Amino acid sequence: MMDNYRIRKIKDRLMRILVWSSLIIAMIPLFSILLDVFVNGARAIDMDFFLLPTPTVGEKGGIANAIQGTLITLGLASIIGVPIGIMSGIFLSEYHDSKLSQPVRFINDVLSGFPSIVVGIFGYVLIVSVIGFSVIAAAFSLAIIMIPIVTRTTEESLRMVPVAIREAALALGIRRWKTIIFIVLKGARKGVITGILLALARIAGESAPVLVTMGYWRWWFSGLNRPASNIALNIYLFAISPFENWRTLAWGSALFLILMILGISILVRVLTRGKYEW
Amino acid sequence: MKSKTSFSKIVYLKAKIEGDEIFRLVSALFALATILLVGLMVYELTRGSWLSLQKFGLWFIMGTSWDPVFTLNFGALPLILGTLTTSAIALAMGVPISIGIGLLLSEYIPKRLGFFVSFMVELLAAIPSVIYGLWGIFVLIPFLRNNVYPYIQAVLGSLPLFSGPIYGGGVLTAGIVLAIMIIPIISSVSRDVLSAVPHSQREAVISLGATKWETCKIVMSYAKPGVIGAIILGLGRAIGETMAVTMLIGNKFKVLPSSFFDAWYTMAAIIANEFTEATSDVYVSALIHVGLTLFLISLIVNVIARLIVWRTLRLVKGVSRG
Amino acid sequence: MVNRQKLEAELSYKFEIENLNAWFGSKQVLKSINMKIKEKAITAIIGPSGCGKTTLIRCLNRMHETIPDAKVSGRVLFNEVNIYDRDVDPVRIRRKIGMIFQKPNPFPMMSIYDNVAIGLKLNGVKDKRKIDLIVEKSLRMVGLWDEVKDELNKSGASLSGGQQQRLCIARALAVEPEVLLMDEPTSALDPISSAKIEILTRELAKDYTIIIVTHNMQQAARVSDYTAFLYLGELIEYGPTRQIFENPKNELTEKYLTGGFG
Repeated sequence: MMDNYRIRKIKDRLMRILVWSSLIIAMIPLFSILLDVFVNGARAIDMDFFLLPTPTVGEKGGIANAIQGTLITLGLASIIGVPIGIMSGIFLSEYHDSKLSQPVRFINDVLSGFPSIVVGIFGYVLIVSVIGFSVIAAAFSLAIIMIPIVTRTTEESLRMVPVAIREAALALGIRRWKTIIFIVLKGARKGVITGILLALARIAGESAPVLVTMGYWRWWFSGLNRPASNIALNIYLFAISPFENWRTLAWGSALFLILMILGISILVRVLTRGKYEW
Repeated sequence: MKSKTSFSKIVYLKAKIEGDEIFRLVSALFALATILLVGLMVYELTRGSWLSLQKFGLWFIMGTSWDPVFTLNFGALPLILGTLTTSAIALAMGVPISIGIGLLLSEYIPKRLGFFVSFMVELLAAIPSVIYGLWGIFVLIPFLRNNVYPYIQAVLGSLPLFSGPIYGGGVLTAGIVLAIMIIPIISSVSRDVLSAVPHSQREAVISLGATKWETCKIVMSYAKPGVIGAIILGLGRAIGETMAVTMLIGNKFKVLPSSFFDAWYTMAAIIANEFTEATSDVYVSALIHVGLTLFLISLIVNVIARLIVWRTLRLVKGVSRG
Repeated sequence: MVNRQKLEAELSYKFEIENLNAWFGSKQVLKSINMKIKEKAITAIIGPSGCGKTTLIRCLNRMHETIPDAKVSGRVLFNEVNIYDRDVDPVRIRRKIGMIFQKPNPFPMMSIYDNVAIGLKLNGVKDKRKIDLIVEKSLRMVGLWDEVKDELNKSGASLSGGQQQRLCIARALAVEPEVLLMDEPTSALDPISSAKIEILTRELAKDYTIIIVTHNMQQAARVSDYTAFLYLGELIEYGPTRQIFENPKNELTEKYLTGGFG
């Protein structure tokens, strides 16, 4: 009996070590990546990095045009994706007794699991075949990736608003749609903004859909129906290139991108840490 | 009296169309848009694959040649195999670690520390695929080539899977990076499913004198379907992973690689690698056909996974009420 | 005393409830309610838990039907118009009939000022000066103005429980209703705040018709002019408060009043 107990205790301790080890093992690549991106990326950063556009082989250059192109593309994607996401979230939360709710929510979950390259090809067949490689096509594909994220966080935030609030507004004789937009949504605004930020952080790093809807662009932005430069895509193309200055830019871009995404993640944590007022 | 009634009633009359009905309709339309989007996706992907579908039909997924230059014969079998193989490697390495983390977060760690640990694990998910690829090329590959693979080959070299030239990238390397990338989703869903197991179950076992690990085993058996669902979700993610894979796997179309250290290809990688260079219409169509195949496989895997996870969460929660 | 009685005899009925039935799904919670509620008086509705008191008043502002699977039948004449008529818009009804809930529910995402003003703003009032005036007037009516006039920008949830409830009353008054429905307005409050609200209620009865649901019999006796006793969804007895409490005609009423129920 005593021996059995000793064996169980040993097993217990062993498993405890294993479980903690799994965390440590997972953290090794995380720290390695962050370290390397910071160290190698820092080497690439100087004034030129932010001021100059993409260089040709051997020249000095920077990611100025990539930042411009990325911001424009993300902006357009948001204009398309955020309203659809918020309205879908409102529908799922406020009209949840509708028969449409279950299928919509399910499709949303499934949509969020699609390979982004496939979403890119969808954008290609739908838009590139008509307009050509363009910011519009890329923004469209990125918007599709944004929608499930915004929908889910909007729905969750709205659901957290207590029913009592809706009742009070209804009892005042305020129309339901006004209740939803001006009172309930207002109360959920922290969560909704969080969702938008998370979606932005996600698509900022997406290069696969951009590759097949926009492709490489070395110059400044020159129209929504033309491609534009993109930070994430540039990282890919520069990394696999044989040119030293481009590889350096790849690390620098990676640092820029990581800082942007980290910044948004921290912002989100800060925003959601303050307890809701009820 | 009667005139008074009809006069005052006017104050309360409904308008022809009220804002509420419009709003409900509009928001329903937006929500419907997502369903329509998925349907449109299937349609457009099929339309784009048309040339390839006409030429190769459903035998496309059995085909083993990829010749954009002479015969224009395309087939996706090696790509499917490559996708499945790298995903299998990713699961083999990633699942134990992910479940370990899931258990850690659910059973071992106090809440405060748990938030911090979750945040760190989520950082792994926040790192874009290209950056995994970048790090993979310049850090992981040299490391594996110099410090790891030679030793593996020294030990296991007699097996065909581990013989052959080592250049650093290839199937195993891609699998390793995929394993890292799927840790966040498997561990977080596992944590959710494990946490959902009602405390009464834990208390019952603890009061019988069980150790922590034994309690974990009980909790896991309870939530087993959910954990399986989490694993399948991870599989879904691994299948669709593009940039990191194409930057590390070597991008060589061959029916079978010569070893784990050899270069190969996946469905996602070939699209990323060749799409912008595709010259002929059939070529493009074949690539889109690969995309359609990837889409369908990913759809099936994700739907199955979601169904399992949904059902488990509902089952587990239902019991805790009873 | 005499003048009030004479005045009362001349006041008309604000509500005429005819054969009102209500259901939650298949469970019937109100059975054939018939009563006439006097204008500018305080009518209390009492009865044991689950007797349908809250459902009754929620039928008066068409809130009961907002719950899924809820059903109503019968007529409720408000200012001689049947509010359940098919052409009638429930939203417009609710602007004339305000409701105060058991647990104070000011809007926490808005300031005190906005809480009172929101009903006006969302119903189309744009003139800022007019809104300022009404906000001040409403807050004065509930006795909050002096307490909050320097902090109008603070969140609606930053007040104490009693203050929050008074804020909710001010919010309801701002849209200038004719009726106030109060669903156990003091049951979540401390005795002092409760007393303040009871005094406020008596004040408001000069200009508004008030119907108050309460499980506190003493409160009903203190505050109301008329009392209705509900039991298991049926109206057992209804009359002037004095008469109900001192000389109940129905055995059940007497049993309830002497504490014979849980």
